[in-house]
Amino acid sequence: MNKVVSRREFLKTSGGVALFIGISGLLPQMIACKNNKEVQKLLKKHQLTAWVKLAEDGQITIYNPAAEMGQGSMTSLPAIFAEEIDADWSKVSVEFSPQESEIYGSDKWSPNNKVMLSAGSRVTYGYYSIMRQAGAQARYILMHSIAEHWKVPMKELSTANGEVINRRDNKKIGYGEIIPYLIMPDKLPEFSESELKDPKNYRFIGLDRPRVDIPAKVKGTTQFAIDIQLPEMLYGVLERGNLHGARPNLNNESEILALSGVLKLVPFDYAIGIIAESLDQALAAKKLLNISWSDAPASGFNSQDCYKKYEKIASEKSAGKVITNEGNINSAIKSAGKTFSVDFKNDYVYHAQMEPLNAVVQVGTDGNSAEVWVGSQQGFDSKLGVPGYLGIPAENVKINLQYLGGGFGRRSMTDFVLEGTGLAREVAPRPVKLIWTREDDVSYGAYRPLTLQRLKASTDAQGKITGFSHCVVGDGGNLVASGIRIDYYDIPNKYAEWREVSEGIRLKHWRSVGHAPNKFAIECMIDEIATYFKKDPADFRRILLAKSPRALATLDKAISMCDWYSTIADNHAKGIAFLERSGTLSTGICEISVDRKTGIISVHRFWSASDAGIVIQPDNVKAQMEGGILMGISSVLKEQLTIVNGRVQQSNFNDYEILQMSDIPDNVETAIIESREPPRGVGESGTPLVACAIANAFLKLTGKHLRHLPFTPERVLNALNT
Amino acid sequence: MASQSLKINNKTYDVDLNEDTSLLWVLREHLGLTGTKYGCGIALCGSCTIHVDDKPMRACSLTLSALNKDQKITTIEGLSENGDHPIQQAWVEAQAPQCGYCQSGQIMQAVTLLAENPNPTREEIKAYMNGNLCRCGTYLRIVKAIEIAAKKTSVKT
Repeated sequence: MNKVVSRREFLKTSGGVALFIGISGLLPQMIACKNNKEVQKLLKKHQLTAWVKLAEDGQITIYNPAAEMGQGSMTSLPAIFAEEIDADWSKVSVEFSPQESEIYGSDKWSPNNKVMLSAGSRVTYGYYSIMRQAGAQARYILMHSIAEHWKVPMKELSTANGEVINRRDNKKIGYGEIIPYLIMPDKLPEFSESELKDPKNYRFIGLDRPRVDIPAKVKGTTQFAIDIQLPEMLYGVLERGNLHGARPNLNNESEILALSGVLKLVPFDYAIGIIAESLDQALAAKKLLNISWSDAPASGFNSQDCYKKYEKIASEKSAGKVITNEGNINSAIKSAGKTFSVDFKNDYVYHAQMEPLNAVVQVGTDGNSAEVWVGSQQGFDSKLGVPGYLGIPAENVKINLQYLGGGFGRRSMTDFVLEGTGLAREVAPRPVKLIWTREDDVSYGAYRPLTLQRLKASTDAQGKITGFSHCVVGDGGNLVASGIRIDYYDIPNKYAEWREVSEGIRLKHWRSVGHAPNKFAIECMIDEIATYFKKDPADFRRILLAKSPRALATLDKAISMCDWYSTIADNHAKGIAFLERSGTLSTGICEISVDRKTGIISVHRFWSASDAGIVIQPDNVKAQMEGGILMGISSVLKEQLTIVNGRVQQSNFNDYEILQMSDIPDNVETAIIESREPPRGVGESGTPLVACAIANAFLKLTGKHLRHLPFTPERVLNALNT
Repeated sequence: MASQSLKINNKTYDVDLNEDTSLLWVLREHLGLTGTKYGCGIALCGSCTIHVDDKPMRACSLTLSALNKDQKITTIEGLSENGDHPIQQAWVEAQAPQCGYCQSGQIMQAVTLLAENPNPTREEIKAYMNGNLCRCGTYLRIVKAIEIAAKKTSVKT
């Protein structure tokens, strides 16, 4: 008795049955089925838009459409749904949804276009309304069904904690017990804001609960793609060299093919691939590859010498791509009481996510289908480019999303997925697990772009900023331009532009994208001006933020948290920064000291106050701010990626050092400003606060400027000695 | 290739592999014990931390040739039946993990810390855990989790 039920039909079911309630924004469909395997088959056939799977014992599975890379969406999105359906959380479990963007995508990325993408700190923002509606509609179906069965008006019913209650006689029934009586209403309402749950009755939104993914993470049972084991699985590795885009010529093909366990060599434009029976055999063969590399666009490029060229470009008369042009910056500068002109620089930064890139791919025998297991941040193409790569229809590709061992923007790139596909195609139908070594991950990374920022500001004689001009020179379009806007600062004449260069180095979004370098420049410039006019930097910003009350609230909160105005130890100083990222407003303050012999900066404490709109799980926000700030400290004080003659110089954690336990501040304190605005994300708000807060503290402490990221001990000593 | 016995989590496994295969690949790809993670392969990140005779070791740098059947190897899977080791419970209470990839190694290192030093200072914790990297930046919560676990076990004794 397995049938698709629509509208008023229903099926009686008996024990142990799973029921899917579908919400698609169109008329919902409902499937009742005895056999879970049958249900899965029916789901495939009918493209059900299932957000929830309800069993007769009341166990409720909620589907999470987002990736989980530690930011907590696996818990917070289901919590939104559970709030509106009024679930008993003790009966809730969560699974990743299918990667089908027509059904599970959000239109918040681009209107009329549904996208599944976990990036830009936009997951909660993208799914908040969707999950609320879906939960409210699921609840409506449950109430409607039992109202019909009990023959009572729906308005006499209410729900609480996974039960429907008849207020008249206090009769109760658990959601699972309603399954035999389920029917579809003629019309499924779209709930307006006032018809959704009153926030004063919230049990989940705004309240912390233990994250659903943590128990497995402390047992080591969480499955990352790199952990996958499949029958007949082979292993793949690639040798890509360290000159991006260089073409390989393999000199010892027969020697490699003769090695134990090696099955195939697969050439790529930029690499040689090896398929072997075991990982150890694949890696042993990789070490023995003798490859001659061609030149590439990056040949001759030196990351430490290129800034002179960028300074020339910044000085050219002709503008690049204009991003902001308000008022008249030229006349502001001409008529200024005082002008400031400062250059800022930032080197490349590597993602360093702890799980090296990998993917498991299986291509069908006829080459007309593929299945992928991968930790991905998803993308505008929810099939990650695999259909196009193989030249097959999208519906023939299934993506099985896994937990990510870190994303940070790297895992929304599809290079490792397509490499796995290229290998799997050669040995179809056997699955191939492609693994990047850490060395591969470092040297063939896709980095935060290196940029030069030229900032100019004009003030009147008293220190009021009349004009602010920002030119960023770098490769990567929005990768370098994000964060350049300062709409919240009350400055009448604003100008910002991007001037393009092309160096042939692979680039990508790196946690907060252009915000970390751009806010570094902007916030340091603000403090430079404030300091010149002998104004307190916090007070100076208070005037600049006068027309942005939400921003001011974060400033005032951070200042009070850290006792900004009180004196501290002689060899310590505090620095402040404000920024907006993904709609969230944050003020950050750090307290540092400097060892003037070694040039090592120590961050003792960090405070932040953020307005992120409605917060689903406060502890998640705190964890993201803490983690983001620590990642910021790491990239500002410890990490350095250099390129010589186009070749990446670093290869592992021995020469690309990231923050260790011994480097952490004593305390990172985060405050969340109460808000009823729609939720925004904080995943990328902590990181860009750090460089500027530290540099501003350094300026306060020493009177010297740090203008080149990272603040290596050498650069700190140079600054101290100017 | 030679046959070799390993005692892992109180169970004996027979492996038939090249003697310079690293224990990390043996555990993960040959025995399916994937709780121990690959992060760097050069013993710098600590993601592969396991116990050999109750001492913390990096599985990526141990080859089969260096191991014998009498050594007691413990992986994260062997720490407890149900994830209820006091340190695992403390980790949950502190809500320490984010992506979770480094956490097996962090927990294994923390277990030996508290075995050797049941009431460590904050500085002692940081020094002992310093070889375990976390990119998500959960260090502060890891310290908190260890302090929670130390307090709970000291209350017991």
